[in-house]
Amino acid sequence: MMQFMLLFSRQGKLRLQKWYVAHPDKLKKKITRELITTVLARKPKMCSFLEWKDVKVVYKRYASLYFCCAMEQEDNELLTLELIHRYVELLDKYLGSVCELDIIFNFEKAYFILDELVLGGELQETSKKNVLKAIAAQDLLQEDETVDAALRDVGWL
Amino acid sequence: MPAVRGDGMRGLAVFISDIRNCKSKEAEIKRINKELANIRSKFKGDKTLDGYQKKKYVCKLLFIFLLGHDIDFGHMEAVNLLSSNKYSEKQIGYLFISVLVNTNSDLIKLIIQSIKNDLQSRNPIHVNLALQCIANIGSKDMAEAFGTEIPKLLVSGDTMDVVKQSAALCLLRLFRKSPEIIPGGEWTSRIIHLLNDPHMGVVTAATSLIDALVKKNPDEYKGCVTLAVARLSRIVTASYTDLQDYTYYFVPAPWLSVKLLRLLQNYTPPSEEPGVRGRLSECLETIFNKAQEPPKSKKVQHSNAKNAVLFEAISLIIHNDSEPNLLVRACNQLGQFLSNRETNLRYLALESMCHLATSEFSHEAVKKHQEIVILSMKMEKDVSVRQQAVDLLYAMCDKTNAEEIVQEMLAYLETADYSIREEMVLKVAILAEKYATDFTWYVDVILNLIRIAGDYVSEEVWYRVIQIVINRDEVQAYAAKTVFEALQAPTCHENMVKVGGYILGEFGNLIAGDTRSSPQVQFELLHSKYHLCSVATRALLLSTYIKLVNLFPEIKNRVQEVFKADSNLRSADVELQQRASEYLQLSIVASTDVLATVLEEMPAFPERESSILAVLKKKKPGRIPDDVRESKSPLPTVAPTAILNSTNNTNSSSADLLGLSTPPGSAAPTTGNGLLDVLGDLYTSTKISPSTVQQNNIKKFLFKNNGVLFENELIQIGVKSEFRQNLGRIGLFYGNKTQFPIQNVHPELHWTDLHKLNVQMKPMEPILEAGAQIQQMLTAECIEDFTDVPSMSVSFIYNNVPQKITMKLPLTLNKFFEPTEMNGESFFARWKNLGGEQQRAQKIFKAQGPIDLTGTRTKLAGFGMQLLDGIDPNPDNFVCAGIVHTKMQQVGCLMRLEPNKQAQMYRLTIRSSKESVSQEICNLLADQF
Repeated sequence: MMQFMLLFSRQGKLRLQKWYVAHPDKLKKKITRELITTVLARKPKMCSFLEWKDVKVVYKRYASLYFCCAMEQEDNELLTLELIHRYVELLDKYLGSVCELDIIFNFEKAYFILDELVLGGELQETSKKNVLKAIAAQDLLQEDETVDAALRDVGWL
Repeated sequence: MPAVRGDGMRGLAVFISDIRNCKSKEAEIKRINKELANIRSKFKGDKTLDGYQKKKYVCKLLFIFLLGHDIDFGHMEAVNLLSSNKYSEKQIGYLFISVLVNTNSDLIKLIIQSIKNDLQSRNPIHVNLALQCIANIGSKDMAEAFGTEIPKLLVSGDTMDVVKQSAALCLLRLFRKSPEIIPGGEWTSRIIHLLNDPHMGVVTAATSLIDALVKKNPDEYKGCVTLAVARLSRIVTASYTDLQDYTYYFVPAPWLSVKLLRLLQNYTPPSEEPGVRGRLSECLETIFNKAQEPPKSKKVQHSNAKNAVLFEAISLIIHNDSEPNLLVRACNQLGQFLSNRETNLRYLALESMCHLATSEFSHEAVKKHQEIVILSMKMEKDVSVRQQAVDLLYAMCDKTNAEEIVQEMLAYLETADYSIREEMVLKVAILAEKYATDFTWYVDVILNLIRIAGDYVSEEVWYRVIQIVINRDEVQAYAAKTVFEALQAPTCHENMVKVGGYILGEFGNLIAGDTRSSPQVQFELLHSKYHLCSVATRALLLSTYIKLVNLFPEIKNRVQEVFKADSNLRSADVELQQRASEYLQLSIVASTDVLATVLEEMPAFPERESSILAVLKKKKPGRIPDDVRESKSPLPTVAPTAILNSTNNTNSSSADLLGLSTPPGSAAPTTGNGLLDVLGDLYTSTKISPSTVQQNNIKKFLFKNNGVLFENELIQIGVKSEFRQNLGRIGLFYGNKTQFPIQNVHPELHWTDLHKLNVQMKPMEPILEAGAQIQQMLTAECIEDFTDVPSMSVSFIYNNVPQKITMKLPLTLNKFFEPTEMNGESFFARWKNLGGEQQRAQKIFKAQGPIDLTGTRTKLAGFGMQLLDGIDPNPDNFVCAGIVHTKMQQVGCLMRLEPNKQAQMYRLTIRSSKESVSQEICNLLADQF
């Protein structure tokens, strides 16, 4: 089970955090700070896994952004790496060649996509098509509402 | 400003841009505070906000929170958004709540109704939003509110696949919080059958749920094994086009495969049915075969996904530990990875091999890769990979390669990363001890450790080398010579001084014949380090010096000078001052005989397994193979203090110093407390109040060697004993509890098995002064196994009235046990061999009180045999092994104790090669639990 996922920049700025275990805010901040420092201190060719406190950290850097997952001991490291990759692919497909800035400006979308991919710390749907379909359905609802609102404004509805 | 997908909130985008344009942290905080004030006034204002505005402000608050600022308002607005009829507003409301609301917040009660409404919605997108929120928060309240609804959603035929997926994982989250919410009965089979669902996404989600349910109740969910194997088989034999979008970079459903392989690791063996087992083996073979095929893509994603499945398959094979050819195949496959150019693969291969090394089937196969593992330890660029290599070397070490591995680890230690040194030191120390065939090698290794990485050598490590040197005569002269040489280095680590000081103090005489290491030279060499050492080490050295005075009277004057030096006799440190002055007095006042008694060579330490192992286990729980014993007792501090610390008056006479004949201080104690002080270390752990131990309860001494043997209102007799092989030393401490002397004290021994057990009693002073304590030593030699326990009668005169007390000595056959470690296989092999009528003894008896497994365990641990864990298939049963040492022969002895909680009974079985031993051990242990 995934305990949490963090996205942060090379400068150590946190861009997204998702917690699947309940910790007090203070502890979350402490963990985040320490883990970011630890990961940033590692050199490029190093292994993507590290034993950190009682979790197994799996991380990968995409351009200026680090994706970092804390897993439990028995979880599969390589597949966690690919889970990160799948998430990046989804963001990329949805936001169009995603970069750090896109995630900052669309942070709520990044959350919605993650919720379709992982639920309660467990992988929910691995099919790229199905996740994008779910997000597209959400967007469609929104657009309908926008159209409805516009029609209402002009008195056609 | 980059493009914003969906219906953008312009105000939000502008705000984010503003923040990003801030030049300094202060500017950012200022901008945020301004925005917070703005939002607060909007929320409080009279004008009602429309849904869009609420959504926008809530979203801004969320963004501010994610920047790391605390948010203390806006929760109510977010809750309002939940009941909006616009999806986008609802969604932001849910997002705010799942990011910001803690599990125990009062707000949860408010949102439950909204969630309920959405859960009933006909639109699956709304239902999923509700399920995601429940899963994100996952509190007890949620479990109570939705515990009945979600299981229905999961198995109902009307539910859409996307909802089923979320429902499965939502239920899993609630189950982790409140396990009682999962209904049993017919639900079990319906949940298991989700593994057959045609939709791969549903199976993927359901497998996680089933895995958790199985962990809780393996028997009830046993049916999942067959289904899981069938599903796995279909996936691994599928071509990559079969599974469409569930194929990931040419690998069919890697996530589901891994989850199924994990699920199967909950059972051992995975199934009794040969058909299912065969099918699983085929799957595993196929996975190996595919690993050998040329890659279908050069992308790392392809190889990662493929290898992820392979590693999980190997985990399952290791877990089952039943198919030698698969285990060896796994080992060969991992061997290939050791030289792969991907660091990640090398790391995982080393880690996985560590587990293979602990299986008897693959241990030898792992050893073939020793050379490359050693190279990994030396050459890897990443410390975490080097660490894995060290772990693997430790795991693959056995008698045949110990010398080489230890040598390589020692060599690497010189340059090893600081972060892993301490652990490496422990590992080297353990390996050296465990596989030493020649203890001179062991001594060399430990001294090298201290030389190379002295700072990382913990107390346990150097305590242990001293324990071993003291217990093994054959290595003492060598140890003395080696430390002497090591101390000659111009700079040597303080730990070396400690070991050197201790060993020369005990065994310096063994090398004194050589003029190069004459007494004078030894002393000066040690003393040349003295001023550079810490107080603790100096204290130890002072004890060494007085021991040297005993060994070599010719250097007495020189040593006395040192004691007299102002820096010692008037040291600012009280311990040093006390030792210097007491040792000085001792060397002046005591006769050679007294000196020889007080400063006698340390007795052998009870043979027990290394305390170092316990330290390592603490550092890395679960990563140390469990085949080694542990013990919690490190070496006691330097012996002379134990004798001397009873005195608090440094000007007392020498007799006082020894604490032998007169009470500490001058005032006679009115209660028994003074006596307890004298016995100090003896009683601190037991603290038995005098009145409770009126007579002699010998049975409890079956399980321990120290304690109060007898006590009444006049006299207390304590015992402290040590056994090694067939020999024992028993110290009796006679304490006078009264304010008058006890006279004509005369102990006498009686036992019938004179030819089987030889007990000698040293003479003692006949007068026991008021409040004082005398010690008497007894030695015992076990010639043959015996049943008659010696008894002792003590006659004395108190207040002109003759008294006589009798008691049994704590001298039973089990005291001559040496614990024996063995694995399950050899235990049961021996057990079978000892099945003859003449070798067995069995008793069934009622438990003395409610069955208390920990209590029983503690008792057995003190009995003298080795408790063997993890051998008996029933974890409640205890099995032990030990060897009884007698002068005539050694008798191997096995024990099994089976508690029956329902019947409140125990069944005890002893098997040994000698009938009388089996009988006696059985009699001793019967009715003890």
